[in-house]
Parts: sequence; C-alpha cells; structure tokens
Amino acid sequence: MAQASAHMQGQQHPIRLYLVVWIWLFILSACSYSVDYFQIQGLLRYSLILLFMMLKAGLIIAVFMHMAWERLSLVYAILVPISAVLVFVAIMVLESDHTLLSRLSFFGPGT
Amino acid sequence: MTEQAVTDTTHRYSEAAGLRSIAADFSSDRQAFRNVSWGKAMMWIFLLSDTFVFSCFLISYMTARMSTTVAWPNPSEVFALTIGATSLPLILIAIMTFVLISSSGTMAMAVNFAYRRDRRKTAVLMLVTALLGATFVGMQAFEWTKLIHEGVRPWSNPWGAAQFGSSFFMITGFHGTHVSIGVIFLLIVARKVWRGDYDQERKGFFTSRRGNYEAVEIMGLYWHFVDLVWVFIFAFFYLW
Repeated sequence: MAQASAHMQGQQHPIRLYLVVWIWLFILSACSYSVDYFQIQGLLRYSLILLFMMLKAGLIIAVFMHMAWERLSLVYAILVPISAVLVFVAIMVLESDHTLLSRLSFFGPGT
Repeated sequence: MTEQAVTDTTHRYSEAAGLRSIAADFSSDRQAFRNVSWGKAMMWIFLLSDTFVFSCFLISYMTARMSTTVAWPNPSEVFALTIGATSLPLILIAIMTFVLISSSGTMAMAVNFAYRRDRRKTAVLMLVTALLGATFVGMQAFEWTKLIHEGVRPWSNPWGAAQFGSSFFMITGFHGTHVSIGVIFLLIVARKVWRGDYDQERKGFFTSRRGNYEAVEIMGLYWHFVDLVWVFIFAFFYLW
C-alpha cells in the first residue's frame, strides 16, 4: 500500500526547472566547444574541460535523473562505488608512465 | 494492530538524517532502499555496472595514449568538417552533443508529463526523444564512414599512434550501441504509454507485472545515462 502511494506521487517538479537545466546544459556545451574552437592550450584547457564536464554531469545526475531527491541510502550506494574508478585511474597513470619510460629507454623514441 | 506498530517504527527510522539515515536503512533488516521501487533500484544498479564498463574503456584509452611514444592524432583536426569555405574544428561532434542534450531535455519533460498522467504529451515527447537519438546514431554512422574512407583502421591511421583507431571504434561504437538500444527501448515504452497500458495497469508481456508510469522514469534514467556517458567521451576523447 505504502509502495503504491509512493508510485502515484512520483517525481513532481515544475517544467520550468527542466527548461532552466536544459538551457544551462546548452551553455556549458557551447563553453566546452569554444575551448577547442579558440584553441586554448595547456593547463587552462584541461582544467576548463574538466570543469565544464563535471558541471554538466552534475546537472544531468542531480536534476534529470532526480538524484537530488532520492533517498540518501540509494545516492550513496550508487555514488560511493564510483570512487573505485578514480583509484583505478591513479593506478593506470603510474602504470602508463612506467610503460612509457621503458619504451623510451629500451626502444628509443619514435618506434 | 501489529501492522500499525511496525509502520510506526519505520516512520521513526526514516526521520533520521544524514549518515545515520543510511545506517538505519541498511541495518533495518528490510528493503534497504525504502520508497524506491525494485525497478528503479535495479536500473540504478545496472547503470552503476555500465559506468564501470565505460570507465574501463576510457581508462584503457588513457593508458594507450599516455604510454605511446608516437604522437597522438589531433582530434580537433581529425574531426573537422569543411562547411562552405571554412573548416570548422569538431563541428559534427558539437552538433551531436547538442542533439543528445536536447533529447535528454525532451526525455525529462516526458517523465514529468508521465507523472501528470498526460498520455499524449508523454508519448509525443518520447517519440521526439527517439527521433533525436536516431539522428545522433545517423550522424555517428556518417562520422565512421568519413573516417574509414580517410584510412582509419583499428590497427593504423594516417596521422599517428595506431591505438587512436581502436580506441575510437571501441568507445564510440559501444556508446552508439547504447543509443540504438535506447531508441528501441523508447519506442516500446512510448507505444505502451500511447496505448494506455499504464492507466489500465495492463500486465507487461515479459514480467507479467502491472505497469505504471514509473516505467517512463526508469526508461528516462537509462536515456540520461547515455547522455552522461557522452559528456565524458566528449571531454576525454574529443576535447583532450
């Protein structure tokens, strides 16, 4: 019974909220595209790419996927395991640095 | 009487906030994700596993790109298109991004109208979403054709590191497959909405369970996830 009533209510939010988020996603995509269009290089390029990426991902997850209104136990069950990916990235960065170093010292550059 | 007592306990538990509420939910010896239907919880868990699949692809791409001694092809030039007389960098990818974000927007609106039980608007918005998704796949097919004609193969390409081709076909191919499956999934759910299955609580052909409008939200979760993955592919593969 309780479950049935939870279904009936569902996620009710004003349409305006979705339109605002939609417009923001457009603006942020345009920003990430202009990073490439204006050929911004170096550290600024990478930090801008990551910044716009995280903002877009956050908006999609929080508003479009309704994560912001979900029960905290579900939010943690989904988001906490993803931190394992970051550990994996760190491991593979060390691994690829090591591979690159061995390739440079044993095979010479360009081969 | 006993029923009442149990409900009261749950009520008290659910009032705990923050980390304490998580501890209470997981230690309650009952359904852990309270107020979350099994369908939605399972979709989230599937999406988590799919996150790991795409993470593995992107991490292997990172490893290949970081460890090669050969220069990586410049995606800004590889994916440039000449429209009229000007060569625009990454323009097709930018258009694809906007198409996919628009489809996410229409999907979010469809979920909203589904909970208002507006059958017609929900179905139309889902069909628009499917159409935008199909457009995206079409543009991806165009991009693949163009690159294959230019000589990109999983084992070599004219511009630099050979791993460029294998990473490209693997990552965008797997994402395109997800979009295509999503389009089929959208058409199936849109047909059910149009027919009024969720108003009549008609039983599903596969699960034999009574459907309700939450199916649209679950479908929406999958679709937004596909858009989410594209955000990461766009940042790491095309812009980096």
